[in-house]
Amino acid sequence: MFKGKFIDNLPKIYGTYTGGFLVFIILMAIAEQAGMSAKLIGIFFVAFTVLIYALIGYLSRTLQVDAYYVAGRQVPTVFNGMATAADWMSGASFVAMAGGIYFKGYGYMALLVGWTGGYVLVASLLAPYLRKFGCYTVPDFIGTRYGGNAARLCAVLVLTVASFTYVTAQINATGTIASVALDIPFGIAVYVGLASILMCSMLGGMRAVTWTQVAQYIVLIIAYLLPVFWISNKLGAGVFPHFMLADEVARIAELESQFGLGTVKNSAADLATVPKGLAGITKAHSDVNTTPWKFISLAVCMMAGTASLPHVMMRYFTTPSVKSARRSVGWSLFFIFLLYSSAPMLATLSKLSLMDPNLATGIIGKSIADVQALDWYQNWNQANLMFVSDFNGNGTLELNEFFMGGKAVVLATPEIAGLPYVISGLVAAGGMAAAMSTADGLVLAIANALSHDLYYKIIDPKAETAKRLIVARVLLVLIGFAGATIAALEIQGILGSVIWAFDFAMSGLFFPLVLGVWWKRANAQGAVAGMLLGLASGTAYLIWVRTGGAGFWGVTQLTFGIVGSLVSLVSMVVVSLMTKAPDAATQRMVDEVRVPSGKTVLGKQH
Amino acid sequence: MSKQQQHWEKTRGLLFVTLAIWFVFSIGIFFFGAEMQESNIRPFGYPLTYWFTCQGSLGIFVILIFWFAGRQEKIDEEFGYSEKEDD
Repeated sequence: MFKGKFIDNLPKIYGTYTGGFLVFIILMAIAEQAGMSAKLIGIFFVAFTVLIYALIGYLSRTLQVDAYYVAGRQVPTVFNGMATAADWMSGASFVAMAGGIYFKGYGYMALLVGWTGGYVLVASLLAPYLRKFGCYTVPDFIGTRYGGNAARLCAVLVLTVASFTYVTAQINATGTIASVALDIPFGIAVYVGLASILMCSMLGGMRAVTWTQVAQYIVLIIAYLLPVFWISNKLGAGVFPHFMLADEVARIAELESQFGLGTVKNSAADLATVPKGLAGITKAHSDVNTTPWKFISLAVCMMAGTASLPHVMMRYFTTPSVKSARRSVGWSLFFIFLLYSSAPMLATLSKLSLMDPNLATGIIGKSIADVQALDWYQNWNQANLMFVSDFNGNGTLELNEFFMGGKAVVLATPEIAGLPYVISGLVAAGGMAAAMSTADGLVLAIANALSHDLYYKIIDPKAETAKRLIVARVLLVLIGFAGATIAALEIQGILGSVIWAFDFAMSGLFFPLVLGVWWKRANAQGAVAGMLLGLASGTAYLIWVRTGGAGFWGVTQLTFGIVGSLVSLVSMVVVSLMTKAPDAATQRMVDEVRVPSGKTVLGKQH
Repeated sequence: MSKQQQHWEKTRGLLFVTLAIWFVFSIGIFFFGAEMQESNIRPFGYPLTYWFTCQGSLGIFVILIFWFAGRQEKIDEEFGYSEKEDD
């Protein structure tokens, strides 16, 4: 069926795959009509997609170093864009983003701006130069550019702290989805999630992760867009929601004032009866509800963090050329944009369908007893994602008496809007794909840094290829298990730890990476000082604010990267200038990196 | 000035232009969030600030990166630093 090289057949292969997935959705829809139970549909969706990923992972197995670390540097521009988008959009983006917008409005939108704007920095400051460098990992660049094991080791440290914070959140998300869809306890589901993640990455490293991520992107984008378009059309809100929901946004503002948003406050005693993790609507949907500095500081942290997170950067090591690395960043952002620009639309549709008394689905203003009798309310109340209570005793559900979990916006809206269950099964598969693909990228980033930079470059430079790849795989499994064990403890929420990961990465890596390309005078001593002091000061600030410290400049625990990166910049510049300039060979290397054509700075095999 | 220095000079110029546009749409306009929201400019009927956070800034970033990549390719070509297609 497919003749010739795998790479040349990619459009055909993934076209067939997409077609096959659509057929699978239709088959499930038919099965639902024929009476298949909701639970069975959910299991089929998650199990079927995970098995496909595992199969791709197995078929992409490799014994070559450059295939394992950088997918042989032959991933075409557009496909690398898709893989990066899946790598990037985590369980948090998929499951929690629309919910965040729904509850927090404008204040939360800083994350959307930050998580997209960061790619401009990636494209212009870093990705093409790191591709030219020809490194396998981010610490590989730091270690070679600045020279010496100290710099390499510091980069491994920052990478591990940031990525590990991130990966526990992702394994947590796979566990949550697997436990709902497969109906097993969370403590076990976490390890089921982990097993699926490892199946995708263990045998083929970056090569396997690349081709599974493309497959995962296709599933997750269909799973996100299909319900948004469907609900919008069903409500009669617009054929193309992105350009047509202005009336709905205005209508929500009207309903907010009609239902007394912000004027009716719940007492502390009433709120104490609301289950943990659920929230009511307290912020206006489209008003500017935060100060410029709060918005901007959060956006800045997310942007600089994006440009410092190693699992994203290493995706651009896999393109065939510098030029395609640059273009690939554009494609990544385009594929991300498709989902991110849909999240606010989903939040709008979800809120309107719950609030508008003119719609059949509206529940605000109805009698509490009626709402409690609704099938979907009972389901999601049982899942601990919805709650109503008649605080004022008038028998009617008021806006301030309805509470929902953030995840419910994505997970429950299809059901509320009356879409068939097959869509909910699809959404579960999409969430699983999003969480798995990010977790894969992160686990691989950490394991590769430890195996290549710590083990091969520092501990045993004479190790043979076979041994290097065994060490890489053993580390992958160990890190996966460590992440799953911590995820099973459920220490912090998914979104909080994701934001911290950005701040950690920004504190320690942003300036050492950028100045490595753009400032020739930067030297090893400066870079080490920048990484260590940046990470240390950021962490210290976080701990200080978490333990009741007042903070300064309005920097919160979500934006501590501002403090960390400033300390990093200042210490890096000062220490660099106080110590000797880099030698002539290093300067030549930097010149070399700035020229897009020619051989990579590091050899093909190193 | 050597060919390589000139190339870098131009590359740096492009970087500053790119970062300036980036700054305007990721940071600059949000100093005026409240004012823009009241504006009469309403893309697709959405309030202006709301639109920028939902689509505007995001879309501009996508276009900006492709524009940047195109300009950089031109610069590389001019100095003979383009990579071979079969690279």
